[in-house]
Amino acid sequence: MSSIIEKPRFSCALAAQQTVLAIPGAAPIIHAGPGCASKASGFAGVQAGQQGEGYAGRTHVSCTNAGEKEVVFGGEKNLEELVSGALQVVKADLFVILSGCTAGIIGDDSAGVAGRFARNGDPVVGVDTAGFRGNNYFGHEVVVKAIIDQYVGKVEPSVEKGLVNLWASVPFQDAYWRGDLENLKGVLEKLGLKVNVLFGPSSEGVSEWKTIPNAQFNLLVGPWVGLSIVKHLEKKYGTPYFHYQTLPVGAQETSKFLREVGKFAGFDSEVVENVIKKEEKRFYDYFISFTDFVAEQRNILPYQLYVVGDSLYTSGITSYLTNELGFLPQGVYIIDDPSPEREEKIKAAFEESTENVGEIIRFEADGGLITRSIQEKIGASKKAIIFGSYWEKNISKETNNYFVNLSLPIATEIITSSSYAGYEGGLHLIEKIYSLAFNRGNLSSRTHVE
Amino acid sequence: MAINLSTGAPVIRERRLSSILSYNGTASDLNEKSKNSELKCSGRRYGQCSDCQEGCAQSMASYVRGGAVVSHAPIGCFAAGDSVRDNAGRAVSAARNKGDFSNTAICTNIQEKDTVYGGMEKLRKALREAYKRQNPSVIFITTSCASGIIGDDVESVADEMEEELGVPIVPIACEGFKSKVWSTGFDATFHGILKKIVREPKERKKDVVNIFNFEGTDTFTPLLAKLGLKTNYVVPLATYEELASLSEATCSAQICETLATYISHGLEEKFGVPEVKAPAPYGINWTDEWLREIARLTEKTDVVESVIESEHARIADELKELKERFEGKSVYILAGDAYTYNLSNLVKDLGLKIAGVTALHHDQKADSGEVNILEKLVESAGDIQNFNVCNKQPYEVVKIIKKINPDYLIVRHQGLTVLGYKLGIPTIFEGDANYSIGYDGVIRLGNRLWEAYLTRKFNENVAAHSEFPYTDWWMNEVDDPFYFEKGGKKA
Repeated sequence: MSSIIEKPRFSCALAAQQTVLAIPGAAPIIHAGPGCASKASGFAGVQAGQQGEGYAGRTHVSCTNAGEKEVVFGGEKNLEELVSGALQVVKADLFVILSGCTAGIIGDDSAGVAGRFARNGDPVVGVDTAGFRGNNYFGHEVVVKAIIDQYVGKVEPSVEKGLVNLWASVPFQDAYWRGDLENLKGVLEKLGLKVNVLFGPSSEGVSEWKTIPNAQFNLLVGPWVGLSIVKHLEKKYGTPYFHYQTLPVGAQETSKFLREVGKFAGFDSEVVENVIKKEEKRFYDYFISFTDFVAEQRNILPYQLYVVGDSLYTSGITSYLTNELGFLPQGVYIIDDPSPEREEKIKAAFEESTENVGEIIRFEADGGLITRSIQEKIGASKKAIIFGSYWEKNISKETNNYFVNLSLPIATEIITSSSYAGYEGGLHLIEKIYSLAFNRGNLSSRTHVE
Repeated sequence: MAINLSTGAPVIRERRLSSILSYNGTASDLNEKSKNSELKCSGRRYGQCSDCQEGCAQSMASYVRGGAVVSHAPIGCFAAGDSVRDNAGRAVSAARNKGDFSNTAICTNIQEKDTVYGGMEKLRKALREAYKRQNPSVIFITTSCASGIIGDDVESVADEMEEELGVPIVPIACEGFKSKVWSTGFDATFHGILKKIVREPKERKKDVVNIFNFEGTDTFTPLLAKLGLKTNYVVPLATYEELASLSEATCSAQICETLATYISHGLEEKFGVPEVKAPAPYGINWTDEWLREIARLTEKTDVVESVIESEHARIADELKELKERFEGKSVYILAGDAYTYNLSNLVKDLGLKIAGVTALHHDQKADSGEVNILEKLVESAGDIQNFNVCNKQPYEVVKIIKKINPDYLIVRHQGLTVLGYKLGIPTIFEGDANYSIGYDGVIRLGNRLWEAYLTRKFNENVAAHSEFPYTDWWMNEVDDPFYFEKGGKKA
């Protein structure tokens, strides 16, 4: 948790400004040193597949740019002045103050400042996201809970049957978050659910957040990030939650996902099976159609699998590639720094999807050690595929192996709506993985190239 | 002004160079007011995120070939730039045929308990790891807001670990909150280099010119070769040994005074390496002037005039064609302090009218104080209206540019170029500063602007479908873009 880090893969809690920016209509206000906001969007924005400023991100982020004076005398007054200005200048429905290290150490109370505005009817929320308190997975949870407590607030839920709040990836830190949420929403809607995705272009934004208490249940996809959110919602609004640990990628995992969610939601199994049947038919039509290619190129295609990413994505990718595409997992590196007691549960969930994978799972936030481990394991192989970040791309280049982007930093791919989730994500991955074979020069089944 | 290397950090620019972050007027007025440092570095009642000096400090320290950096910071400070610098280092190393490069850096990942008990033990651990993993020739330590406020004594750890590991360890004090001017971070790293790395010269290399720059392509070598001189690019890609022997060059020049004012002056004052007292070589007349000054310092005055003459003749036809294309058109420039002067001086050669300039900060003085480049610009390009200073602040910039509505926009700072696209203006990013130097640089910049014009449908499409996140009140009802400034900003 507290070890030193070479080749970083996540940012600090303040980078949860990106969580705020992922909510249509919400704008962050940063109470921190002059570089923090810009750095947060540099990592969990630019290096998240070149996701730019969007509507109000990057250089547009309001900030106190706290200096020596604020550190010595306190910065709450400046923050108040900034919030007043932001309310005049920035067109947004919700403002979330996130404070950084300087404010955290000297003890400025951003929630207190927000409260003073909120009492006057201004939509302002405040939360301490000092960088030393945790990473941006942690930051995401505290920011979401602050919005729920201070903005959605104490309301009597008016439960709407079939309405579900979907909590899955961490926006931007998971570079494919937009497409993934859309794909998951798509399959859940086929079951007949109405889905609040809460983040991204398919969300209604701030008004959707107001309906969070009305959901029939909260659906958490992922091993640990978001668990404290759905538990909090259960306590606050009495909303039950369904916790599904693996990102559904491809047909097997997505069908399993739909069965379990359908059961929890109380749908008739026949209804669910009919949806699955239809979806699988479509999926396997596409799936079978590229098999001819694999059949004739088998000997040059990769089969050894290395996966580097957070606990949500590594599980889904490992399962799909192993169970449906026949890859042999060699190393799984989980980088999101879950608590030690969570690690065993994550391993168990992996084992449930993929046999005997437990022994090759390593929890490691120090990317330098991941690089050395992969280099050692990969040896002279030319048949490996690495799912990872910029850092692993370097290894794949140096060893002449295959590479697919999965986790941050991702600076060498443009990501718009593409996704790894659901049936559609599985098909997208097929295109991505097998097209790599063409990058090695002229590919011909008549000439064997090492 | 004397540079004091006995301190742990340079005096910040607000105090040393009377830097300001806000101004609205004309180039000549700013120049006059700067002569007596009349303008104050006042704040804003509403502002947007700036950048911090840690980034600039890293941008010099990280590219030392064979060196390592230990960032004593929470992970957010470090993560943003680490892979970017690795990528940029590889790119420039390939572009300059310097072989492989990798950024070798480690972050102490300061946690809550470190803010309570101190982070010095962790810093020692990180230094040992950096040494073990990377076998560096030198280790730089950069600091952060968190390490600064909790009061970790980084200098004493550096001294102690230098002894333990037997490798030079250079502390760089660059806490973000200490200065509102991010360029102070360049000075912070240069302070460390001058203090702990550069040694007394063993010889004077008469044909070597230090060029302080970023990760630009190799354009100085062919230019200086015309005078029979060699280019010594620093700091990116220099080795420890090359930094140590900076004192042996015949003179130092820079792509931009904002970058290297501190170290160029320091090398002159402490080691007798003269700083080239001419504006950087952007635009034809400044390139002439720069070459003449270098020729004077290197005893090449016999050849310089014929070089200048033949270079003028070489680009004449292409330049004429470009000038015809840009006739009657205007350009707006948005860049870091002195680099706005470079670009302003260059675009005049293309026949473009300067519609306005935003400098991201302004140093009212330079460390050497011998050449006033803003004055040189006013002499060279005439007075410039709509000359303003603000540290990014897109809410102000968008309002200003929208009102002026220039035909072209040139931007040099990450994250701001997109504003031009959203405004539907043909816009180019001036990312590689080396690319625009010299006579060829004028032609290149003209061609790049022309490409932006030819492909403007993209910008127009973006403009039609995007919206700035500002209220109607701010965009339409407020007249003064500097409405939220504090203190006397105007003439």
